[in-house]
Amino acid sequence: MSTGFIENTAGRGAAVYAQKRAARGRPVRGHNPSSRRPGGVAYAVLTGVFVVSVFPLYASAMYGSSTTQENAQAVGTLPTWFPTLTLLDNFGEVLSASQFNFWMAFANSVLVAVSVSASTVFFSTLAGFSFAKLSFRGRQALYLTVIATLAIPAQIGTIPMFVMMNNFGWIDSLLALTIPVLVGAFGVFWMTQYLQSALPFELVEAARVDGASMFRTFWSIAMPAARPAAATLALFTFVGSWNSFFWPSVVMRSQLTMPLVIPQLRGAFTTDTGLVMSGVFLVAAPLLIVFIFAGKQLVSGVMAGAVKG
Amino acid sequence: MASNSAAPRISRRVGWGRRLSRWDIKISPYLYISPFFILFAIFGAFPLLFNVVVALHNWHRRAGMGDFVGLDNFTWVLRQPLFWRSLENTFSIFLWGGIPQLVLALLIAAVLDQNLRARTFWRMSVLVPFVVMPVATAMIFGQVFGQFGLLVPNLQDMGLLTHVSSPFFQERLLSHIAIGSMVVFRWTGYNALILLAAMQAVPRELYEASTIDGASRARQFFSVTIPSIRPTMIFVILTMTIGGLQIFDEARMFDGGGTGGGNGGADNQWTTMVLYLYNLAFGDWQDRLGQAAAVGWIFALIIAVFSLVNFLLTRSISSSKTKTTRASKTQRNAVIGRARSAAAESERKAREAGVATILGRPTTSAAGRAADADESKEGVHR
Repeated sequence: MSTGFIENTAGRGAAVYAQKRAARGRPVRGHNPSSRRPGGVAYAVLTGVFVVSVFPLYASAMYGSSTTQENAQAVGTLPTWFPTLTLLDNFGEVLSASQFNFWMAFANSVLVAVSVSASTVFFSTLAGFSFAKLSFRGRQALYLTVIATLAIPAQIGTIPMFVMMNNFGWIDSLLALTIPVLVGAFGVFWMTQYLQSALPFELVEAARVDGASMFRTFWSIAMPAARPAAATLALFTFVGSWNSFFWPSVVMRSQLTMPLVIPQLRGAFTTDTGLVMSGVFLVAAPLLIVFIFAGKQLVSGVMAGAVKG
Repeated sequence: MASNSAAPRISRRVGWGRRLSRWDIKISPYLYISPFFILFAIFGAFPLLFNVVVALHNWHRRAGMGDFVGLDNFTWVLRQPLFWRSLENTFSIFLWGGIPQLVLALLIAAVLDQNLRARTFWRMSVLVPFVVMPVATAMIFGQVFGQFGLLVPNLQDMGLLTHVSSPFFQERLLSHIAIGSMVVFRWTGYNALILLAAMQAVPRELYEASTIDGASRARQFFSVTIPSIRPTMIFVILTMTIGGLQIFDEARMFDGGGTGGGNGGADNQWTTMVLYLYNLAFGDWQDRLGQAAAVGWIFALIIAVFSLVNFLLTRSISSSKTKTTRASKTQRNAVIGRARSAAAESERKAREAGVATILGRPTTSAAGRAADADESKEGVHR
């Protein structure tokens, strides 16, 4: 097979690769688009995407690494290209600001995000187990109802929800951020889809025959089988809860979560770009750390959702 | 069920344990799905209905329910120029954020759909913006688009901008582009991964067949890849529509929010629908929950209609080609089979003509391929 043909069909990279193999006296494999080795253009594009992806956070760290004067002098450019120790000074000032309590906001965010993720995973798996593996009257109709509720835009209910929170006395309380979102339609849908294929009926039946109660079957059979999808769901719920801004800014007053710190920054530091931007970086950084460890799973979660969704 | 058939033979007395376990079987399925439905009833369905009540009354944050005013809130809202302005802004920002996003996501997905080195790294890198808090993005983009940011002074030096301060906070269109760019930043990689997953599910034989037909890579992309991933594209466009019309975070924090800002600009250049609703209900000098609830209803209607139109539009565009996707397996086999027999046929002819002995085998099969290309092309692209 000539390398010219390979270049036409499998791409330039494959042709170069085939040439190398041929030079070493190895057999040249047939072409297959899925094993196409792309040329430099692909990597150039992806490098560009990478730079754009990390640029905003990088920029906020660079602004944060600079003093008031340095930032004022930087017109049309970043004040510095490498982080400096000023960043730590600015962090210190943000963390000890009197206008807002950063650590309190951090603790609130962690508390809300962790409890919402945990309960979403538990109740979604429970409902998913029921929809996917148990038979009961009205199952199909109820499941369709779950899917239909996915289409309702959440922000439509803002005003009545605010009135309700007011009546419950939950304004400025973390309950308002937690209770309404303990389990959502997406989670139920996600876990049902997963358990339908991942949990064999035989396993459920075997557990029943062995005399396990329904809940025992769920806990010992369905829960372990659901673990990969549950981890992904937890991750997405965590990210969503951590980043959510609209609803918290409706119901919270003095109690802050991480996103609510951001509007406070301008109030506290007005035009001091270095302080404001180091605050922005501090608020956004925790999820970046999560991403470094769990990014791979997020990627496969997004891609798995696409196939099923 | 089991006890029914057993009843005539054994005594009807059922042990307490067995009765319990029968209840367990009957009740548990409902018990397990009940948390979702209870929560949805209280915090999903009820607010939707309650929204009608609020929209028909004067309603204030502290005083609560006031007089019944009928449809006055709706007519009031529809008479507000700001309502219409925010509707325009929302759609404009949606388009500026949506169209580039879709094009870029397709491009990036196509690039990722190759046998890359360090594949996981590239996939992760496109997803980074998804975990960056939108309000943080808005603050940083606000800085970049600001008067002394990375963009404006350089554009002024090039003579492209003549404004004294940053036009991205003055000109309506430019502010929409700036906010649209934040939407693009956040969602492009996410959608690229969804499209990538769909692209990887396209049967590789389709590419092989079209390669044999002599299709270029660009032609393959438009005639094989895009038609094959149409269902996923519809999904992406629909979620993009519902999410994109509800944009709030970026618009609110674009000019820093907090201190008196966050209303969408001095002339409401970039006030979106949800931001309008928010300001109507919770803004500093306003306390119009009834009117805001009316906005909520109108907005829900607009989203529903727009999504439906969008759906029908995308589906009708795709339906002419969907047949290819549906019949792909049989059609694919037919095409491959026809191509093979045609290749064998032309090879036989060529050998008879003595071409094979002169040009050698690879050229012969290439000639065969060219010969049946016209024939089978019809099948693939129909």
